[in-house]
Amino acid sequence: MTTPSVEREIDARSSFCPGPLMELIRAIRESDPGTTIAVLSKDPGSRTDIPAWTAKAGHELVAVEEQGDHARFIVRKAS
Amino acid sequence: MEKMSIVLFSGTGDKLQAAATMASGAAAMGVETHVFLTFWGLNALRKDMAGKALPMSADYGQDGENMAKLMQDKGAHGWYEVFGMARDVGDVHFHACSHTMDLMDLTLDDLDPIVEDVIGVATFVSNAGDGNVLFI
Repeated sequence: MTTPSVEREIDARSSFCPGPLMELIRAIRESDPGTTIAVLSKDPGSRTDIPAWTAKAGHELVAVEEQGDHARFIVRKAS
Repeated sequence: MEKMSIVLFSGTGDKLQAAATMASGAAAMGVETHVFLTFWGLNALRKDMAGKALPMSADYGQDGENMAKLMQDKGAHGWYEVFGMARDVGDVHFHACSHTMDLMDLTLDDLDPIVEDVIGVATFVSNAGDGNVLFI
């Protein structure tokens, strides 16, 4: 399996619920359409919150990678 | 447009944290959010108080203080900062309760700038309409 290419990565592992989602929202706002962003989160809430937000906001959840004590969510901003 | 209205009555650190977290979740999901500050909740947003670490609720005794220390050790964002994040990502409004303002002899100038206006309870309830109302 190939890892999707990512243009920006946010390390939100020190952030608590719903911090990682908030950091992702800010990054998406600042980015051009089509940009792919990864966010690292240790918050178990992110596993439901990030997919829920991504679907509601109309962006694409490209992948969720398990990385030991955290997960890496890859999101592409809607064009 | 979905709406969530929070009556923020409490002024202890734990309850402010809960209110701020709920507001940020709502804001993130595009829910229009209104926080009605009354009694101790309003007191916590006086200019000379806002952003300060406040004591936890006495209801939980030493457990409350232990929780405060845990949050500090883990570097959790404080309640004021979380409200700031909520405003950053969504449609979040803070209103001061006119009755409490009167009791405490306050004007809008005495409050943190995140507080937009002073309204009566009937206005708040009317604005809340059919949306969710939380009392914290």
